Amino acid sequence: MNIVVDYGVGNLGAIINMLEHLGHDAVASRDPRSIVSAARLILPGVGAFDQAMARLRELDLVAPLTEAVVARGAPVLGICLGMQLLGRSSDEGQRSERGLGWIPADVVKLSPHEGVKVPHMGWSEVSPTRASALFPGGNEVPRYYFSHSYCLEPDDDRDIAARCDYGGTFAAAVARGSVFGVQFHPEKSHRHGMALLQRFMELT
Amino acid sequence: MRPRVIPVLLVDSRRRLVKSRRFKDEVYVGDPFNVIRLFNEKEVDELCVLDICATLEGRRPRVDFVRALASECFMPLTYGGGVQSTEDAAALFKVGVEKVLLGTAAADAGLVRGIADVFGSQAVAACVDVRSGRDGYRVHSRRGQLDLGHNPIDFARQVVEAGAGEIVVQSIDHDGCGQGYDLGLVSAVAHSVGVPVVALGGAGDVAHLRAGLGAGASAVASGSAFVFIGRLRAVLITYPDTVDLASPRANGETW
Repeated sequence: MNIVVDYGVGNLGAIINMLEHLGHDAVASRDPRSIVSAARLILPGVGAFDQAMARLRELDLVAPLTEAVVARGAPVLGICLGMQLLGRSSDEGQRSERGLGWIPADVVKLSPHEGVKVPHMGWSEVSPTRASALFPGGNEVPRYYFSHSYCLEPDDDRDIAARCDYGGTFAAAVARGSVFGVQFHPEKSHRHGMALLQRFMELT
Repeated sequence: MRPRVIPVLLVDSRRRLVKSRRFKDEVYVGDPFNVIRLFNEKEVDELCVLDICATLEGRRPRVDFVRALASECFMPLTYGGGVQSTEDAAALFKVGVEKVLLGTAAADAGLVRGIADVFGSQAVAACVDVRSGRDGYRVHSRRGQLDLGHNPIDFARQVVEAGAGEIVVQSIDHDGCGQGYDLGLVSAVAHSVGVPVVALGGAGDVAHLRAGLGAGASAVASGSAFVFIGRLRAVLITYPDTVDLASPRANGETW
């Protein structure tokens, strides 16, 4: 089963709408047993890092997620805040919560050069750093919808799958084994987002 | 980054798409679902749906209606109208809304902060409706009926301080007139806050959109420019190419 993790923060409706449009079955779930055995996991997220991690812990979802992703290698796609949760910690909030830690990375506030506004809200082109499952290459430059004030900063550049320039570059996507994260919203990025979600849903 | 061009769809209490002029004289435009499907095909940057009757009728957001609209949107969706609590916002985010737009409720700093704390600043925008009069620019709420006594710059700074991640600055005087934005107003607000500012109210053609961006807006929105064509305001759903915005052209062009 394909599961969109429903932990109370995230635009699940939009993700499931697009997956259904693409012909994929996906359910919103917070059931630990379903998560442990999921074929693919999508971790959405809107909002603040601390609250999101606190919710995952309250719902006892960290262990089943870790078992599915780390022990079993189920593909996971973190979207927006969901990508940031893949890291260790965040500058946002009180630093009271640790992240999932599946990618050695920390979340930092966007610090574009002067005159560039934060939040970064809108459509930006994304440059894949290498061929990966999410970005197979090709001539068309993909563009996606972003809406964020923070970004994930991996220790190792090799974990970065794509960069975006917004008054300075940041990691628009990460890929490490079967762990993927995108800072943008593929579910809100028309055909560009559909193509990316389609590629993720073909992973096994 | 490409500047966003945002169609604004006004819905009334009968779930019809309407368009006003100076916040009055609403005319029927069409069925919101059909219009959203057309905007999907045109790959619009973002859509904004405003229930202009909710606050006046004391209604909360109609979440089922918004869910149905959102299920048609493969682009970011902003919703405004009747949002009075963090729970209202949470219900909207759950059905596929990216951003709530607070109008009358933007004056409630506690609510702005509450939504921003839980969902992040990028998820809460404030619509600053402005009318000019003897005392200069003044912010109005309740669909232009209540003069809040604030000037738009101070008001915008306050809501950003409270946590809003975007300001939509709307000229009530220019609404629906198709003569262009109030560029002085757009510029003043855009240069007073560190968050993106969206120009709304008055755009009729692509030159107006470009002028709004030139005045400092991060994004340009319109309720008329993408749904009406010509002096008789025949309904025709249109959307400019980004190329059109990048290259200066003569006034009065269409796209």
